[in-house]
Formats: sequence, structure tokens, C-alpha cells
Amino acid sequence: MANLSMTVNGKPVTANVDPRTLLVQFLREHLRLTGTHVGCDTSQCGACVVHLDGKAVKACTTLALSCEGASVTTIEGLADGTALHPMQEAFREHHGLQCGFCTPGMIMSAVDIVNRRGHDLDEKTIREDLDGNICRCTGYHNIVKAIAAGAAAMAGGSVKDPVPPRQAAE
Amino acid sequence: MSVTGIGASVRRKEDHRFITGQGRYTDDINRPGQAHAYFLRSPHAHATLNRIDTRAAAAMPGVLGIFTGEDLAADKVGGLICGWMIHSKDGSPMKAGPHPALAQGKVRYVGDHVAVVVAETLAQARDAAEAIVVDYGVLPAVTETASAAKAKTQVHAEAPDNTVFNWHLGDKGATDAAFKAARHVTRLDIVNNRLVPNPMEPRAAVGDYDAGEGAFTLYTTSQNPHVARLVLSAFIGIAPENKLRVIAPDVGGGFGSKIFIYAEETVCVWAAKKVGRPVKWTSDRTEAFLSDAHGRDHVTHAELAMDADGKMLAMRVKTTANLGAYLSTFSSSVPTYLYAPLLSGQYDIPAIYCEVDAVYTNTAPVDAYRGAGRPEATFVVERLVEVAARQLGKDPAKFRTQNFIRKFPHQTPVIMMYDTGNYAAALKKALEIIDYKGFPKRRRDSARNGKLRGIGFSAYIEACGIAPSAAVGSLGAGVGLWESAEVRVNPIGTVEILTGSHSHGQGHETTFAQLVSDRLGVPLENVSIIHGDTDKVQMGMGTYGSRSGAVGMSAIVKALDKVIAKGKKVAAYVLEADEADIDFKDGNFTVKGTDRKLDFGSCALQAYVAHKFNGQDLEPGLKEGAFYDPTNFTFPAGVHICELEIDPDTGVTRIQRWAAVDDFGNVINPMIVEGQVHGGIAQGVGQALLEGARYNADGQLVTASFMDYCMPRADDLPSFEVGMTVTPCPSNPLGIKGCGEAGAIAAPPAVINAITDALGHEDIAMPATPQAVWRAAQKTLSRMAAE
Amino acid sequence: MYAFTYHRPATARQAASLLARKEDAKLLAGGHTLLPTMKQRLASPGALVDLGSCADLRGIARKGRNLVIGAMATHAEVAASPEVREAIPALAYLAGHIGDPHVRNRGTIGGSVANNDPAADYPAALLALGATVVTNKRKLPAGEFFTGLYETALEEGEIIVKVSFPVASRAGYAKFRNPASRYALVGVFVAKRGGEIAVAVTGAGEGGVFRWPEAEAALRARFAPKSLDGLAHTAKGINSDIHADAEYRAHLIGVMAKQAVAQATGKA
Repeated sequence: MANLSMTVNGKPVTANVDPRTLLVQFLREHLRLTGTHVGCDTSQCGACVVHLDGKAVKACTTLALSCEGASVTTIEGLADGTALHPMQEAFREHHGLQCGFCTPGMIMSAVDIVNRRGHDLDEKTIREDLDGNICRCTGYHNIVKAIAAGAAAMAGGSVKDPVPPRQAAE
Repeated sequence: MSVTGIGASVRRKEDHRFITGQGRYTDDINRPGQAHAYFLRSPHAHATLNRIDTRAAAAMPGVLGIFTGEDLAADKVGGLICGWMIHSKDGSPMKAGPHPALAQGKVRYVGDHVAVVVAETLAQARDAAEAIVVDYGVLPAVTETASAAKAKTQVHAEAPDNTVFNWHLGDKGATDAAFKAARHVTRLDIVNNRLVPNPMEPRAAVGDYDAGEGAFTLYTTSQNPHVARLVLSAFIGIAPENKLRVIAPDVGGGFGSKIFIYAEETVCVWAAKKVGRPVKWTSDRTEAFLSDAHGRDHVTHAELAMDADGKMLAMRVKTTANLGAYLSTFSSSVPTYLYAPLLSGQYDIPAIYCEVDAVYTNTAPVDAYRGAGRPEATFVVERLVEVAARQLGKDPAKFRTQNFIRKFPHQTPVIMMYDTGNYAAALKKALEIIDYKGFPKRRRDSARNGKLRGIGFSAYIEACGIAPSAAVGSLGAGVGLWESAEVRVNPIGTVEILTGSHSHGQGHETTFAQLVSDRLGVPLENVSIIHGDTDKVQMGMGTYGSRSGAVGMSAIVKALDKVIAKGKKVAAYVLEADEADIDFKDGNFTVKGTDRKLDFGSCALQAYVAHKFNGQDLEPGLKEGAFYDPTNFTFPAGVHICELEIDPDTGVTRIQRWAAVDDFGNVINPMIVEGQVHGGIAQGVGQALLEGARYNADGQLVTASFMDYCMPRADDLPSFEVGMTVTPCPSNPLGIKGCGEAGAIAAPPAVINAITDALGHEDIAMPATPQAVWRAAQKTLSRMAAE
Repeated sequence: MYAFTYHRPATARQAASLLARKEDAKLLAGGHTLLPTMKQRLASPGALVDLGSCADLRGIARKGRNLVIGAMATHAEVAASPEVREAIPALAYLAGHIGDPHVRNRGTIGGSVANNDPAADYPAALLALGATVVTNKRKLPAGEFFTGLYETALEEGEIIVKVSFPVASRAGYAKFRNPASRYALVGVFVAKRGGEIAVAVTGAGEGGVFRWPEAEAALRARFAPKSLDGLAHTAKGINSDIHADAEYRAHLIGVMAKQAVAQATGKA
């Protein structure tokens, strides 16, 4: 067992863990932050993506002890109190999720894409940068839309399309 | 239309918990005192279990119990069942070999369950599993679908020639005669590749036993918790239904694979009593590849007969279906009644005859995967039709139009009575969306850049709802396929809907609430949808076969009608009017010809306080239930067109455009329905271009992780152009047909038809990987060079 | 995973001492190969020496005619580094196309080079650019460093400290990704330094990364994609697996080589 301290969603946490503990296990089993998911064993599906010192990483392929002193943000820490993060709001507005399992990782990756590439994202960039996230439900169509809208909203715009889809669909 | 009622793209009520990380999936559930299960799986595809020595393992740290098939047998725990009886041509019942949850005497596929270790931690369970000594008598494996019946190895003693059944459907005599008279016959050999469903949430189970009550609880990743309880109770014998609660909380996708009752869930709930502790198991992805039921895996020879004008006369199909090592829960129905009755497609074909041989192999069980039988049928029909058009020198759109069914109802030669549809309208709209007229120019532009461009059609039909119960019963189903609903109106007018349908991505909490809001005139936020718990919902059949709208919502409509009828009685007392004079509209009960009214919430309160009426004349309360059994299948149909470009230098295929026009009947929430179409197309494109489960000759699954099994990613797909046409379904109250599987059914032939159009020859199989396409394109280039 | 002890040294020297002292110790860099292998219980080190806090293994700098990249520089850092983009843009491009964004935030050049996965990208760059692997004990030219599938010249207790790349006048990298794993099915790195031309191929060789002399000779005549017209790599010695057989991989070597030259000559 080894001592561990880090900051998770802005709060300091300390624990005594088995060195084998992966970051995702630490979050899910020790801190009961179950929004971060595990969908594969080969570091590909991205359901476990969190931000480690501001960068998107796969929490299933990171030892908790490697995060000593680091700052971790999970899907639970993204909203500002009750106010949803613009990317969360965009996923809801554009139906960028169905079963919801890949969603936390998708949203954390999406915010990371914006952090790296800015607010004006074209479809090709979004699709290529989603390389590390697999969704089986949506066919990605609405995820791509949501990320483009969320990226714009993070710059202060609205997450809605100029023409709200509710009317557009009629 | 209101902004929240039927037809509105209401944003989903369930999303808030998912986008904030507050969803509650099975693996998120932890019970006090919980222990962990690890399954020791067979590394061999086929072997006798000569001896399992668990003594050293049992002494290891943290181990609470180690169990094998012998322990299950000693406790008289029954085997896993197949709930659909198929009879062979000769009338004999299908040959079902035993399917114990933990292997007894023999293992039959890599991943088969040899033993379970329950320990304090998962690591301890796994450590102990490694210390179990198993003496395997390794046998040769049979893995090939086409040759399984001729293999020397026999998977089950009960099934000679590894044959489960030799089944057929249709009029052989009439079909053979039509072929004799035909002017043109198109023939194709088709392999429908084996797929692994891979919902992103792996299966999981937490079994719990309350010794005081003598009652079990199973939390599990199920699409149909009531069916799970029924099977675990009535067939496997875990506990009577009143002592077994099955809870399927948030479920992260299913696509069919979470319909079935599996070994792991069965063992976890049983083992909870054995060790006196809650027992948890969560599949890792490799286990999912090995042990989730796979999909498809057909080998088919198909023929289409036409007259001199290109009018279709008959179809003849011979299919071998690989069902894997054991018969999974509904496996036998997939290549039979969910397959052959769809072979008429959208076409007027007077005679059809289909033979299906189902075989056992030393591979994972095969069962329903999104579309289940209908994608296989559609692939046969739409490949045949496309190739026939090419051989006849006809435009594929015109050739389809020529043969479309135009009059409804239409009785096909293979069971189905199509109730309604307008196939030409969908085709026309799809052609407009894709700009079919502009295609030749786009093809020339591609050619100038050294690329091969192709366009492919798929005019699919599916049979959804999978009902009526009497009909499916006559075809061999062990269950009825109705649905239940209960409407509980609370005293202040809020509403709880208990449904036997289960939502695992489909958005029922929103669409069902829209229906209720629309019918009762109550705000959307005042409606809660409750599902997935056998202690709350009395009985239900679950979600699969695109049935939750057509069947599940119809049950809610029926119950809502009863609530409104009861409300009218209450209102009649309160408003002191004759019941016959009470109208209900926009959330208000009114008295005809007066301005007297009672809003729905007040009516609910009056129903519960019961001050205005005598409880002997009218029962207090406002709660109604209903069971809805459909009168026919529903028949969603549509046309998808795929346009793609091949780089002959690398074999890379890029889909450029995708037009999808679907007729789902009436639509409750277009946003959600379109999302279902997108996801279905992605899975169909996955089958056509990327995905394929492969076993080697020894029966090892060589595609057992995302490193080797290619899942569709965002940059493998384009955005889709989705349109709709509407012919309301006449057989259910909402006119709904169902939309969940359409994309997965439509997409594979559209892709392959486009690739073969680009290539100029038919020599390509699914998945059309870059290597396969490159090789096929070399053939195209050498032909072009020769010309 | 099997149990192990965990150590987090602050310097490469401390790491080396731990590596020497602890039985069956392994170095942990980005962990994107080692941890999945351990999760599957296919590796069972008794101790893990995590290099994540070794500041002396980080950093990217131009030193004269060389670009020096610390072993613990992540793929994302290399891809985004102004020094790399200026000196050898193809190397930044390569790093920016390894795995996916999350993998690039953890995976490191030292870890990738030490693992010498036959489908990894970096070995092709090191070989083509004539890089030098600097360890805590010696300097090894890339040509001597990669010795076979997952095999390198690294000895017991040896730690990669940095990789030094001579700056090339032109370089390009093209990879055909395995559609499932996104590793290189075939990756070709071409580099021109003065009159010297190197073409290194990863993903395809039965023995790991290798050079393609015929292409180098053809490009020596003229460094242009057209020079490779009609030049095909033999399928002999080329890897076959469920994703691609030797014939297809051999063909892709030619296609990727051309694309790499096009990138190097600004024609991509």
C-alpha cells in the first residue's frame, strides 16, 4: 500500500492505495465518482477520459500513484455548480448521446479538443480528434454537431443552432 | 403540435444525469459486503473436462468459494435455455444440446465457463483462478460455418452432423416451376460476416441474497429484466418469481446482446446465497468478445428469377447459419422466422422458397444483434436485386420501382401481410437528396483524381414489433410478445408510467413522457417513466425488435384511455353532470355545452379524496393498467443510398454521402428517431467495411479486442442526410412502425452495392477492408487496362 | 495485475539505482504498452520505477545541428514543440499521429523507442534520420539500437535519457494505419541530409523497422515522388497477419514511400 494525495475536481483527496490501483479505479471505487467509465482493456474506447493537469488522458491506463500531486478533473467536476458546462449543454441540445456510457469520456475529450484547437472547429478536425473515443449508439453524427456547437459556446456563443432543430425537424 | 407533445423534438429528460456523470449503471452499484467473481474460462475451443482440481486455489487468500458445473448440478440449477422451438423439414424438433451455466464434462468454445471463483477482491479471485488445475482432453475444433455439417468433430452428442435443424419456408414446387419458366436468373454466393455487438457498457451483474426473506436480487445489464426473471425462475430454478427481483438500471447499450440470459448473471445470483455475500461480476472487453452472443454468420446461395421484362418471378435461397457452441436464448428464431419472412423485401415476388440449415460450431453462441435476421435477409435481397439490374442493363432505381409492391395490404409468399407503405415515394425522395442525376459527373470528377466512385441502393423492409403473441406462439416462440403499462396518477396530478419496455439509449423517458403529456395535458416534467425493476413493474417483455414504440407505447395508450375514462366518471360526480356529457381535452374535463370544467390535477385529487362520490358506486383512486398485444407485425421500410470513393492505390473506401429516407409511420420525437437511424447506419457501415469476428482453425478468436476488431470511429463515417416519409401503421393506435434497427438493416447492402458499382464487378465480401478492396480494385484496373 | 512495488525517483540517476537494486524492476514511462500488458497479466514486474517525476528526462531543445528530445517528452509535446516543428516538421507530424490524443498526452518517445514495437512510428524516424539514442551509459546510433521485434541494444539497468536527431534538410512521414488499433500497418519515413538519403519502414518488417535501399538509390538520383514510380518492395520478409498480408503491405510500402517523399518535398 502507498500513500497518495491529489486534487480531484478542485478538492484535495488523500488515500492509501494498492500500487496496482489505476486512476479510473481510484476515482470509481475509492471516491465513488462513477461517471468515469471503463469500456475496454486496450486503451482505445475513451470512456475513461479525464483531465490530468488539464490534459485529456485515459484513466484506465494511468496508475493512481502516477498522479501524485496532480490535479484531476472528471465529468462530475465539469459543471460550475448547477450551471452545466457549455459542452454538456451542447451534448443535450444536439442529442449527442443515447445510452450515455461513452458520454463522460466524449465530453471530456471534446473540451480537450477545444482547449487544443480553439473554438472554430470544422467537421474533419472533430472527427479526426475523436480517434480515441468510441461510441456504439449515435453514429457520431450528433456528437460532431454537439462538439462544434459546444466549442463555439465555450467562446461565449450559444449552443443552439441559428435555426433551432425543434422547428427544423417539423 | 405542442412543443412537448407528439411530433416534437423534445430534448431528452434522461440526459442530465448522463452528461453530469450521474448515470447509474450496474457496475456503479456496490452492495455492502460485496465479493467479486472471476470466471475461469476455457482456453480451448473443444475439450473434455477430465478433472478440475480447486484445492490449492481454495486455500488462497480472500477466497470465499470456488464452484464448478458439478456444484450447479448438485443444487439442481437448470441449464440455460433457448426459448424458440424450430422444427426441421421432417417435423423433428431442433437438436438442443445441454447448456449448463458452468461447463459439465466438456467445454465447447474458447471462453466457455469452467469455474467461478468468488473472493474478497477481484485480484484475489483472479489469482485463485490461476491456481485451479484443469485437466483438459483437447479435441479437434469445428469453426467453419459452411463445412460444420461435414466435420468429423461433433460439438453435441445430441446433434449429428452438428446440425441443429434443417428448416424451410415457402412453396418449393411453385418456386422451382417459376425458375424453370424464367428468362433471366441472377445467382449470388453471400457470406454475412460474424459480428460482435460491443455495446460500450460491458455486461455486469451483482447478485444479492437476503437470508431473512429468502429472496434474491439481481442487478444486471438487461434489455428485458422480466424475461430474465422468468427464465431464471421457471427454467433455471434460482428461486420462485416472488423471491427473485431483477433490476436493470441504466444500461449502456444493448443492440440485442443484453436480451439473453447468460451464464455469468445466473452464477452471480446463485453464488450470492452460496457464499452469503453479494457477488459482483463485471465483464472486461476481452470477456465480452469471447462470451457475449455474436451476430449474423450466414453462408448463403441465393437466386432471383425474372421474366424477359425484368419482372421478378421467384426467389430461391439456401442458407447455412452458424449458431455457435450452444443455443442462446432466442438464437433459433433469428435465421428462421426473423429471416426468411423478409425475403420478399419491398418487391412483388410471387414465389419464394428458403432453406436454412443451422449448425453448431466451437465458437461463441450466435443470437440476435441489431436487426437480427432482417439485415441478413435484406443483404440477400438487395444484393440480388442490384446485381440483377446490372445483368439486365437496367438502372437500379428503375428496376426496383418496376418491381415494388404498390397495393396494400399485400400478402407475401413468406408469411407476412404488409399492411401499408409507399416504397416509390421513399425512393424518389432519396434520389433527390443524393442528387442522383448529378452522380455521373461526380464519378467523372473522381476518375480524374484517380479514384473509383460508386453509388449503391438499399430498399429495405423489416418486420417489427415481433408479434402478435398468438402468431409467434404458432411459430415456436416460448413467450408472448405483448407489452404492459401501468399509469399511476398521484393525488396532485403528477403521473408515473410503469412500463415493461426497457430503455438503454432509446430515450423512452422522454418519448413516453411526450405521449402522456400529449394525452393528459400535463406538463412533461410532471411525468416520470419507471422501468427496469421487476418489483415495480409487474410484468413486461422488454426492448428489442424495435418494439417499444409500436407495442410498449400502445400499451401506455390503452392504459391512458382507461385513466381518462375513469377521470370522466370522477368529473361527472364533481361537476354534477352526466358522464356521457363529459369531454376531456387539453388537460380539462368539461361538461358539453357549459363552461364547467375540472382540470386533470383537480380530478386526480378528487379521485383520491373521494368526497364527491360514494365509494361503493365508484372506486377511489386513479390508476390503470393495460396489456397490449398487437394484431400484426409493423413494417418500417425505406431507401438508403450510399455514395463512396475508392482509392485504388490503397484500397481505402471513403463514404462521401449517405441519404436515408425511412417510413417509420408516425414519429413521436424526430430528433430521437433520427439519432436511431444514425446509429443504425454506423453499425451497418461497420459490418460492411470494418467489422468481422474471426476464429482460426483451432477455434481461437483472433479478433478479441478493439486492437483487432475494428469498431467504427468518427472519422470512418460521414454525416448523414436523413429524410422521412410517413404512412401511418394501421394496426396500432399511434400509427408507429419502429425505427431502432432500420439503419443497421439498410446499410450493409447499400455500401457493398456502391463498392461493387465503383469496382465494376461483384467480387468482394464483407467486411470490405482496405486490403480486400485494394485486391478487388487491381482486378478492376487490369480490366480497364485491357479494354 | 500482479502485485508490485512502486517507486517514483526524481532523477534518472535515482531511477538507475532503483532499477539496479529492486528485483525484477521495470521502468514506467507513459505506460501505454506496459500497463495494458500488466492488466492482462502478461507482464509481472516486481517493481515499477515511474520516470514521471524525472525532470532531467524531459525537455526538447535545438543544440547546434541536432534536435535533442528528452526521453520522457510526450508525443503531444513533440508534436506541438516549436523547436521540432522548425527543425524537423515531419517528426512533429509523426508524433501528432501516434495513437489518439489521449495516448499522445501520456506516451513518450523514450518508452516507444525502448519498446520497439514493430508497428510503432518512432523507430522509422530514428532510423531514417540517423538519430542517436543517448542512455545513462552510452550513445547508440539508431542503426545499432533496434535489433529485432521488441528487441533493442539496451542492457540491463540502462535508461534512455534522450534522443538526438541530426537536423535533416528534408523529411517526410506517411503511415497507413491499422484501421482497428491505429498502429502503423505500414509507415515510411524518408529523410534527406545533404546527399544522403534514408528510407525507413515500420509496421511491415518481420524483424521490425528496416531500411529500403532500392528506394534510397532511386531517390538519390532525384528526390521526388516520381523517382519511386514502378519501384515495388518485395513481399519477402514482410509481415502477414489478419489485417494485411505481405503482398498488400509490400505494395503499401511503395505507396507510403511516395506520400512521404511528397510531404518532404512540399507536394503532399
